[in-house]
Parts: sequence; C-alpha cells; structure tokens
Amino acid sequence: MDLYEYQGRDLFERHGLPVLAGGVATTPEEARAIAERLGGRVVVKAQVKVGGRGKAGGVKLAEGAEETVARATDILGMDIKGHTVHKVMITVTADVAEEYYFSYLLDRANRTFLCIASVAGGMDIEQVAAETPERVVKAPIDAVTGVDEAKAREIVTAAGFPAEVADQVVDVAVKLWQAFVAEDATLVEVNPLATTKDGGLLLLDAKVTLDENAAFRHPDHEALVDQAAVDPLEQAAKEKDLNYVKLDGEVGIIGNGAGLVMSTLDVVAYAGERHGDVKPANFLDIGGGASAAVMANGLEIVLSDPAVRSVFVNVFGGITACDEVANGIVQALALLEQRGEKVTKPLVVRLDGNNAEAGRAILDGANNPLVQRVDTMDGAAERAAELAAAGN
Amino acid sequence: MAIWLTKDSKVIVQGMTGSEGSKHTRRMLAAGTTVVGGVNPRKAGQTVDFDGTELPVFASVADAMKETGADVTVIFVPPQFTKGAVVEAIDAGIPLAVVITEGVPVHDTAAFWAYNVAKGEQTRIIGPNCPGIASPGASNAGIIPADITGAGRIGLVSKSGTLTYQMMYELRDIGFSTCVGIGGDPIIGTTHIDALAAFEADPDTDAIVMIGEIGGDAEERAADFIKANVTKPVVGYIAGFTAPPGKTMGHAGAIISGSAGTAEAKKEALEAVGVKVGKTPTETAKLMREIMSAG
Repeated sequence: MDLYEYQGRDLFERHGLPVLAGGVATTPEEARAIAERLGGRVVVKAQVKVGGRGKAGGVKLAEGAEETVARATDILGMDIKGHTVHKVMITVTADVAEEYYFSYLLDRANRTFLCIASVAGGMDIEQVAAETPERVVKAPIDAVTGVDEAKAREIVTAAGFPAEVADQVVDVAVKLWQAFVAEDATLVEVNPLATTKDGGLLLLDAKVTLDENAAFRHPDHEALVDQAAVDPLEQAAKEKDLNYVKLDGEVGIIGNGAGLVMSTLDVVAYAGERHGDVKPANFLDIGGGASAAVMANGLEIVLSDPAVRSVFVNVFGGITACDEVANGIVQALALLEQRGEKVTKPLVVRLDGNNAEAGRAILDGANNPLVQRVDTMDGAAERAAELAAAGN
Repeated sequence: MAIWLTKDSKVIVQGMTGSEGSKHTRRMLAAGTTVVGGVNPRKAGQTVDFDGTELPVFASVADAMKETGADVTVIFVPPQFTKGAVVEAIDAGIPLAVVITEGVPVHDTAAFWAYNVAKGEQTRIIGPNCPGIASPGASNAGIIPADITGAGRIGLVSKSGTLTYQMMYELRDIGFSTCVGIGGDPIIGTTHIDALAAFEADPDTDAIVMIGEIGGDAEERAADFIKANVTKPVVGYIAGFTAPPGKTMGHAGAIISGSAGTAEAKKEALEAVGVKVGKTPTETAKLMREIMSAG
C-alpha cells in the first residue's frame, strides 16, 4: 500500500524524525484552521500518489489564512495526471540550504534491502543515477543486522555528505531504518532531505509503501487506506475474501490461481483483437477451493460490473476436482437466482485437469442455456470474446 | 534421478496437525512420498493416523531429523509463525525446506534468508508462497497435485502454482523429471536461476520449461544465466501482458513498478538469448512438445 505524503510525514513524526509542522485539509475551511494554527507563511501541497505535483501547479506558497484558503481552493479538485486532488497538506515553510536524497527499499534481486543515498537531492534520483552515477551510493543492508550507527556512518561517508551535517544524517539514517522495520515498509524515500540555513535537518517529502502481508501485526495500518479511492467492486470483493482487481473491459474473468488468472487475461485480450477489441474486465482469483458459495460470490462481483457482457470461468482442477467445480457453478447460478440476481450474461466455462470429464458431464446435464462449455483455454477465450463483442 | 527431491527423500511436515498440513500430508503419502513425521512442540510424542499410516509428532525439526533421518521439511504454519519455523529448520541444518505459506511479511522472508546466508546456506529454501516441488513417480513435497502428470525428462520451474499444473497436465504424456514451484513473493529462497542450473546438471532432464510473471527482474537475470550456462533447450512463458502498472495481481510480487517488471521486457530478454516464448500456456506446451519429439 502506497501512502500519501501527509501519512508518510505523520509516520516519520511518530518515529522521532524531524519533519515540518503541518496538517491535512479536505476543504478550504479546514485549510484555514490549519493556517491559523501554524501562523505566518505556509506551503499548500496537493496530496496525490503521483510525481510532478509542483510542475502541475499543485504546490503553492501562501501568506496567512486568507491566502491559504485561496490556494487550497485552487488546488482541491485539481486534476494531476488523472488523479483528482481531494486533500491538501499544509506545512510551515523551511529556509532550505541544501537538498539531499535518502531511501531504504526492497531489493528483490539480492533478496535483501537497499539504501540509496545521494547529495544530489530534490531531483529524480533515477535521472541522477543515470547521468552522474558517482553521486549515488547504493548500499545493501543485511536484514538481520540492519542499520546501526556504524553502518549509517559508513553510508553517509560513502555518499560524501559534508562533515558539518554528517552526525545529523547518521541520526536520521538510523531512525529511518527503525521506522522502515517497525512499520514493515518496503519503501521509505525522502527527497529532499534538506538542511536549513539555521543548521537543522528536515525530511521535506515522504514516500512510503507498506507491506500488506504484514497487516496482521499492524492493526493501525487499515486506517491508512483511502476508502474514497478504493473501487467499490474491489471493496465488495475484499469483504468476501476474494482477490479482485477491476480493469476496463467487457469480458468478466474468474479463475483459480493468480498465475492462471493473469494468463487468462492475456489470452482473452489476444482473442479480443479479433473480436471488436474487447478486453478483460477484471482479475478474479477464487483460489484452490472453488466451492459453490465462493463461485456464487465471485460471479456476483463480476456480474455487478455493468461493463461485463460475457464471463469466462477458467478453472484447472488440480487439488480441487472439476466435478466439484462444475457442481459449484451450477449451484452458484441457482443461488444467485434465489438471491434475486438472476444471471442474464453468457458464461463460457473451461474445465480441465482432475475429473474434467465428470465436470463437463455435470455442466451438460444442467443444460443451462447461458452456460457454454469449451474445453481448451484458448478456444474458450475466443468464444468469450466473441460473445462479449456480440452483446451490448 | 531428479533435482533436489528423489524417491529417497525423507519428508517431515511443520504444521502437520493443522488443517492444511494434515490435508496435504495425506495427499503426499498417497502420492508415494516418504513422509516420516511432523513437528509441533505442543503435540510432541503423539502420533497422527493418516489412513493407516501412523506418523510421529516431534518437538523440533532437529529431533525429527535425529529420529527419522529426515532431509526435507514442508512448512504449512500460518504467516505469523513462518519466520520462526524456517529459522528452526535452518538451525537444524535440514538440506531442503519447502515453504508453502502465503502471506508472509517480506521483512520476515528477508530476515530468514539473511540468516540462512549467514549460516552458509546449508538449507535450500523453496518459497514462500509456493506450491512446492514434485518429482513425478518418486516424491512430492508440497501441494502440487501428483496425479496430473507422469515421470519423464522435462524440467519445470515456475512462479505460479496453477500455471505449473496446467503445463504438467498439457505435457503429461511426455512427463517431467522435477517440477519446482518457486513462488510468487518479492523475495524467494530458490530462483529460476537456481533451478535452471540444477536442471542443466541433471542427467535425467533433457529440456526445461520456465514460467515467469510480471514483477521484478528475475526472468531477465535468468535470460543472462541461460545465455552463459544453459545448453539444454529452454521454452518460456510469461503471464501478465495485460496487467496494469501499480496493481498487485494476486501474488504479492506480481506488480509492475513504473516501467520495470513488464511481461514484454521479460519476453524480449528471453527471446534475445534464444528461448522460445509461447503466447499462451497451450502454445508453450506445443513448443516443448516439438523439442521433445525432435529428440
């Protein structure tokens, strides 16, 4: 889960890191209250999970409460690269002297964590790394021993931080690592990490990603989810323990296993190229079980997307046998009818693997005019795309 | 022969008395795996009956190894206890630990991996979030269905469980030496490269299927490895061409970050080193069939 800047700022503050005083507002009136509390000159920053806010006009200075209200009014509702601004963060200003870069992140390739540090801050770090690689230090971090003062000093020295700020950066590096571990983050990025003209050091931006697999030990992380930005269908699916991602397309997809479902999306998209350019409407992995209840919940979610014109149920019977899955589909259709949500869109079902013959016989026996059986994945994708292109 | 798991492997199950653990212990036994016991400190000294096979429960992996000569552990414990279970397996020095559990925090995986490295990598870790490893006709450690394919001379390494099963099934008449599901998490113990190296060295494997998916650059690095080290034919498949950036597609590691981790980049990297990449799983199976029939 990616956090908004203000959430990252709060997280840093909780872990004893130096950040600017501020608050977050969803209305101009809330912005006024914050400006009055802070007093003097403030920065109003659009809260969107995308870069380039400044260039898009989403970051403005304001003097006093009236100007803050005016700038907040300008920025709230603004569209930045397809993201609507619903919140602004307001902080006091800093008298910046130098800008640096500092981050910890997951290093998948080396199966560990990585620290990236540079005295060239305030810019896109990938660009700095490409143009002046000697100005960027990438230090692997041992997940067991982590970052203590000695390790932090090693990084700070290697990155060439000036002697007069070295102790402060070391302190920030250790505390930031502690926050990274304590919060189960996979990314904490500070750009810029800035010195001020009065000799202070501040974390002026916060980009934080948290590991959703660690949610069980962070009950407080749930509150960081931006409910307004969650797709309602994804939310409904989550409440039913279904792994669903909404996409823009016409062919509803239900399958078992993440890899097979991803593959199903691809195969449907290829078939769509021959049938009115229809595309997969969603990712839905119903897992290994595929019982009638789970299948019914899955169908319900997929069919409540009004863009869906046909559904492709792609199941490989490995642990679960296909006859159980076939019974699940037949019962799910009956269950939905009982719930008053009679299915009217065509379903293309491909069953393969364990007890595939028995499963297919069950589908044939049920003789539901909406259910079409196609026994190969590629063939079934073709049929589902064709039906979606023909429907409207 | 096969890689890492053979008919002589003696398997224990950490979490054998839990619902998933007991269900799959039963399946592993039915598949002919030599399962010799389980580990649960609270139930040590008891035995569990699996359709007539009585399996002892031990207090620790070390005890189980001492009593039974076990050399493989399959881990089914819940995510919050997985790190502890893997560390225990590493401490016992067991040669192979298969971590089935899905939903392990990546900090925990990074920690047990670093611990394993510090201990000299005496334990091969497969997973987490994987279906396990199967050498058809010989042994099965994990949750891969045993009866969908036969023994043969193809090696299979895959990030995805169901795509593994799909491929095993499509090529069931030709058969497999070993199928390894390495898992879909951002950090995993055994990589595509480890499996490619083992298959290259295995005299009973003639060709290799490699299945990847969006996220990270493991497939690109595997391509470099193939170019330098693999002489056996390799066929590839990549899932996730239509996945949108920034969205996690089921597996915790299956996410395109910015421009990195796309299926297109992985396919290009593999094709650049001469790996034939199928457009669909079925087409991939067909490519492998052509290689095996050309013999």
